[in-house]
Amino acid sequence: MSGAAAEIAFDRATKRYPGRAEPAVRELTLTVPAGAICCLVGPSGAGKTTAMKMVNRLIDITEGDISIGGTSVASLDVTALRRGIGYVIQQVGLFPHMSVAANVATVPRLLGWPKGRIAERVDELLDLVELPADDYRDRYPAQLSGGERQRVGLARALAADPPVMLMDEPFGALDPITRARLQQELLRIQHEVGKTIVFVTHDIDEAILLGDRIAILREGGVLAQYDTPERLLARPADDFVVRFLGADRGLKLLALRRLDELELGPLDGLVAPTADASTTLRDALSQMIVSGARSLVVVGDSGEPRGVVTLETLAAAVS
Amino acid sequence: MFADALQFVVDERRLILEKTWEHLVLSGAALAIAVAIALPLGVWLGHLHRGSFLAVNVANLGRALPSLAVIALGFVFLGVGFWSVALALVILAVPPILTNAYVAVDGVEAEIVEAARGMGMTGRQILTRVELPLALPLIFAGIRTATVFVVATATIAAVAGGGGLGDIIVNQAGYGLDGVVGAAICVSLLALLADAGVGLLQRRLTPPALRGTAPSFELDVHHRHG
Amino acid sequence: MTDGLVEPLVAQSGPVIPDFGEGSDCVVDNRLFCPDWVRDNWSDVLQPALVEHVQLTIIAVAIGLVLSLAAALLTHRFRLLERPFGTFSAVVYTIPSLALFQLLVPVTGLTVTTVEVALVGYTLLILYRNIVEGLRSVPPEVLEAARGMGLTRRQTLWRIELPLAVPATMAGLRVAVVSTIALATVAALVVPKGLGYPIFLALREAFNTEIIAAGALAVALALVADALLVLAERALTPWSSARRTT
Repeated sequence: MSGAAAEIAFDRATKRYPGRAEPAVRELTLTVPAGAICCLVGPSGAGKTTAMKMVNRLIDITEGDISIGGTSVASLDVTALRRGIGYVIQQVGLFPHMSVAANVATVPRLLGWPKGRIAERVDELLDLVELPADDYRDRYPAQLSGGERQRVGLARALAADPPVMLMDEPFGALDPITRARLQQELLRIQHEVGKTIVFVTHDIDEAILLGDRIAILREGGVLAQYDTPERLLARPADDFVVRFLGADRGLKLLALRRLDELELGPLDGLVAPTADASTTLRDALSQMIVSGARSLVVVGDSGEPRGVVTLETLAAAVS
Repeated sequence: MFADALQFVVDERRLILEKTWEHLVLSGAALAIAVAIALPLGVWLGHLHRGSFLAVNVANLGRALPSLAVIALGFVFLGVGFWSVALALVILAVPPILTNAYVAVDGVEAEIVEAARGMGMTGRQILTRVELPLALPLIFAGIRTATVFVVATATIAAVAGGGGLGDIIVNQAGYGLDGVVGAAICVSLLALLADAGVGLLQRRLTPPALRGTAPSFELDVHHRHG
Repeated sequence: MTDGLVEPLVAQSGPVIPDFGEGSDCVVDNRLFCPDWVRDNWSDVLQPALVEHVQLTIIAVAIGLVLSLAAALLTHRFRLLERPFGTFSAVVYTIPSLALFQLLVPVTGLTVTTVEVALVGYTLLILYRNIVEGLRSVPPEVLEAARGMGLTRRQTLWRIELPLAVPATMAGLRVAVVSTIALATVAALVVPKGLGYPIFLALREAFNTEIIAAGALAVALALVADALLVLAERALTPWSSARRTT
């Protein structure tokens, strides 16, 4: 299995542990479209990591099924299955005794790729994660920073060009600045390679930033809501989701849209503070509050004014 | 054959007891002296975090010393007798005790010592109330190694007139195969008991909270990596 | 040495002048150390003993390593074996060498085999414990990543766990080699081989130089072996000396 992204489908997937009354994951049913990032979010104990690990069978499913590209994961040889899925974990788990290049080359080597092709692929991937190959190829994990290690982890997971990736809180152990940088990196890489990704996180903001779809799980592995970020924020399914999204749900929603997506009002010689067209609505709101103005003049790339946005149009945009 | 050996032990129990006593006295004296020398020195150096090169390499050197050679030299310089053998045994027993004491005290986590200092403890108080209790398991591991080593080497001491159960073991002509095997069994039991004895003492003296972390054999100081 | 081990030297009452015929003054007076004796007797006394000593050591450590490795791998797979293996090697380690020789002699005779069995036995404890520790020290996230990536159990063992156990194994090997070299001197009480033999002969005549020469050789051998093993470890584990420079 390699190459083009594939759809992942959970069909009433359930995990029960012996001796426990409640299942860890209860009849999870959702479909992740090919090439999309699906974030599994929820409090601890919500079974999000368990659900993810059922995909590559690190945890055995009790009832129900999971399929990749239409093929049930249970029907495949487990080793072949795992070699066809990119797996990234929080502590990375780079092999300390192997160089960066050897780490990245792990799965291709297992698959028996010819040496030349492996070397090329390693360089290509190091390039993709923005670690200059000549510099980093022969380094050992002990010589890397946390952010660099996770980049190598990412490269390693992508090495055999799997159609599907599983990521378990991959940026959780990093400091906020590095985390933010790597989140952007992931979006950029995804833009280039377009894999189907199941991404586990407990951070709703991270999920909103990265996810094309978000699945909110509650305790006992029950799916509370599965939607795009916009629909989730605009129409939460129940109280639990409302609470989970946070009291600043409205602001989160504003952060998803940008000024250049709105219909702007006429300038009419208005004198007001300016805001770039790429500014999010949330930042625009923040600017209005700070400057005391009720309107902003929206300007384009070269500073040319395009129109006016008011507090009312902002509010109307998301309701 | 082992039955005959045990028969010998039973028949000659006075002899066996006498030799066992000699063996114990020799081992005990050597061990006591070695502890008296090496333990304070190691603890003190570890407390000051000085002399790590010395402490670590003494262990290496000590392990490299062939016991037969040391005993032979003791005999050569000090003649036959109890004290020459005892001295040789002391030389062999000092390294594991010294090194383990050093590593144990030196290795108490810096944060803990700093917290103690911050609370206003004097150097001596830190040593006695914080470092020593935490270092106890490893210190005892060293004493335990030295004990087994001394009891074992005291057996060889017989070739230099040291007495003890070794006397029987090296003298097959005099005591016959049964005697030799019997004495061998006795000295093995003696060593195992000594080891268990020190282990028990170690467990008794270790603060309850730390039990379960004690190593049961000499840790190689080079084992710590990274 | 005929039907038993050694005869004690307690019968010696005072210093005995070694009868070496053309011995130099130094030797005749039995001064502390006579370099000329060493030179004269190197090739027929000391060198052969040294070579035999090296052989004894290498055989013992090699066999000990293989046995300990096998035991450690079995323990790694079947945890329950740890107690029995550990206790067995600890008991063997505790038995005084002379006693162990004597317990073996009725079975294997006054041969090199007896000596090797005992020496192998003494290496087991440290090697077994260290290899087991080494295998255990592999970080759990490394194992999880390996499993998730699709390495089979065997591949994980050979490509990940064993290489990462090398440092601990080498540490144990160093201790085992050095201890075996020291212990092998006692072998002379069973068979006339190794550096213990000249020491032993010299003991009968209280001949200082020979004792010191053979003893010093044993110590030197141990230190050289230790240094070689340190170099070997560095060569085998290029990753352990790598450190962040940024």
